[in-house]
Amino acid sequence: MTVAIVRFGGSNCDRDALRALESVGVDAEIVWHEDGLPEDVTGVMLPGGFSYGDYLRAGAMAARSPIMNDVRDAAADGVPVLGVCNGAQVGCESGLTDGAFTTNESARFQCEHVHLRVENADTPWTAGYEPGDVISLPIAHGEGRYEIDDDRLTQLETNDRVLFRYCDEDGDPSVDANPNGSKHNVAGVLGERDTTAVLMPHPERAALADVGGTDGRPLLEGFVRAVDAE
Amino acid sequence: MTAYTATVTVRLKHGVLDPEAETTQRALERLGFDLEDLRAADRFEVDLDAEDEAAARDRAGEMAERLLANPTIHDYEVAVAERDA
Repeated sequence: MTVAIVRFGGSNCDRDALRALESVGVDAEIVWHEDGLPEDVTGVMLPGGFSYGDYLRAGAMAARSPIMNDVRDAAADGVPVLGVCNGAQVGCESGLTDGAFTTNESARFQCEHVHLRVENADTPWTAGYEPGDVISLPIAHGEGRYEIDDDRLTQLETNDRVLFRYCDEDGDPSVDANPNGSKHNVAGVLGERDTTAVLMPHPERAALADVGGTDGRPLLEGFVRAVDAE
Repeated sequence: MTAYTATVTVRLKHGVLDPEAETTQRALERLGFDLEDLRAADRFEVDLDAEDEAAARDRAGEMAERLLANPTIHDYEVAVAERDA
């Protein structure tokens, strides 16, 4: 199996993603967006960074590049697709997932460790956690505030589409534990299928014990689980 | 064909927080200005040729739908004026 890590001009977490995926036993390669998805792709990761310099809105340009048609087709076929940080912004802009990630409430770029509560552990991405588990991952974004209208948010919550919420170390999704003003502390959501997920925090920066902890490893192993489940 | 300029104004939907506008407002207040509120918007001026004003408006509207605005957070409006080609 090979997971394609899609590199756009301005992606900067692609090599971290490659190393992290390899460390959990996922075969991956970096794919330049103009080259399209390889035929035999078994997963897609949209990495973090600042594709197209965040022109217009974070993720807006990359979401409309031709490779995203391939990515949407793959996601519809059940190929696992994970968007992280800028990849999450691209995912929402391209319609892979509902909602939008926009300017942090603070209007500042924020780079810090946050706690996340696992809201739905019945997905390939979270099967390595227990429901309600509190994990720690880093964030690094200026536009990570999850916005969506109330009706659609209710729909997401009713249909168990919320994957993670920002919380304190005890798992309470309080206002104080919300780093960017996201609605209902939402940090990551699922797409139409459980195999499509986006989140602002960086699991690939928490995959090696010596660098940032290992709480992100089970999430990255989702690529293996999603393929096994097919 | 007639030459038009379509002006597309994209703004956040009512009720969506705009931290940059709030920061700008605070900076104006720090400069001593007295103001009630401040809203920011993006304006795109698109020069195009079209059969008539309605066609120019439709095309600019589609640009807003497909790229210039994000319907989750934005409203937009289109104004069309003839342009000296």
